[in-house]
Amino acid sequence: MIVYGVALLSVCLVIGMLAGETLGVLLGVDANVGGVGIAMLLLVFASNAEKFKTLASGAAGEGIKFWSAMYIPIVVAMAARQNVAAAVDGGLLALVAGVAAVVVSFALVPVLSRLGGSSNTISAVKEDVR
Amino acid sequence: MDVIETVFIRNNLVVAFALIGVIIWISYYLADKLTAGRIHGSAIAIALGLLAAWWGGVVTGGRTGVADIALLGGIGLMGGGMMRDFAIVATAFGVKLGELKKAGLAGVVSIFAGVLVSFFVGAIVAVLFGYSDPVAITTIGAGAVTYIVGPVTGEAIGASSEVITLSVAAGLIKSILVMIGTPLVAKSIGLNNPQSAMVFGGLMGTTSGVAAGLAATDPKLVPYGAMTATFYTGVGCLLGPSILFFIVSSIF
Repeated sequence: MIVYGVALLSVCLVIGMLAGETLGVLLGVDANVGGVGIAMLLLVFASNAEKFKTLASGAAGEGIKFWSAMYIPIVVAMAARQNVAAAVDGGLLALVAGVAAVVVSFALVPVLSRLGGSSNTISAVKEDVR
Repeated sequence: MDVIETVFIRNNLVVAFALIGVIIWISYYLADKLTAGRIHGSAIAIALGLLAAWWGGVVTGGRTGVADIALLGGIGLMGGGMMRDFAIVATAFGVKLGELKKAGLAGVVSIFAGVLVSFFVGAIVAVLFGYSDPVAITTIGAGAVTYIVGPVTGEAIGASSEVITLSVAAGLIKSILVMIGTPLVAKSIGLNNPQSAMVFGGLMGTTSGVAAGLAATDPKLVPYGAMTATFYTGVGCLLGPSILFFIVSSIF
């Protein structure tokens, strides 16, 4: 049943959001702290667990894969509803602050990726073997 | 005209599905014919989406891009936070725990490094532009973290509405630039494996930007980047009005 997969996905998201919201309240922050990330972890655990096999394999799995495949269309719709006009109107300060933050962050990606150190060399070795 | 309006508005989500489908078809066609596949179809689709959003904002004066046009209201639902989060979580299906563990530490470090770096870059820019009030400097720095952290921080420490607006604009610029820029720089920053995608998500932090940027680079990397990015805004809201504000206040 396709709906089993969709339901599993939904339950993961709701539990994750509740956890993220609770974490926000505990930390005294007006935001959901990692709700989506927690939901993703739950789905990873559930889809790897023997207990949840009927909810995540076969037709049920297709129900999750459908929404995973709808991801890019949803992201395109998300792009189309951004407040781009306000960003353009923000002026030079907003532009410079935004651009500078992105450029510096991009530059740090290779630096911090190396922090994973050994793990990266392992994956590099694996690719060589292939 | 009334008939079209009635049908389009009553079935707005379905209209959005059809419209987005057409946009993606056109984008993949252009990617194939014009760029011979060098630019990913979804990158073009996202760019078209942003262009439409800009047009929608200018025409209506609203805040949700093309979704403010009544006939296209469904775009707002389809591209809203609920559907976005639902689809992001779905991408985690098939992720291997081992990959997550491998980059776990680097991922966590990248979240804190990302918030701090973006904040201080934004704060320095604010100072260079002549701001000397710690509240304004902190709020603009927080805006460079994400467009959610900016107003949350600004309201907590009592910033003026002009400064808050500025911080939102800085965050929006960041988000849009990550959407467009990621596929262009992916190769040169080594963004081609789950580990670097987790670091990338943690450093950039803007969920929309990371979600779209990775989708246009390699959809397989999306869950890894999204996983860390979703913690970023929370950490930003935690640090912004507290430690970061204290640091800025102690300097100015």
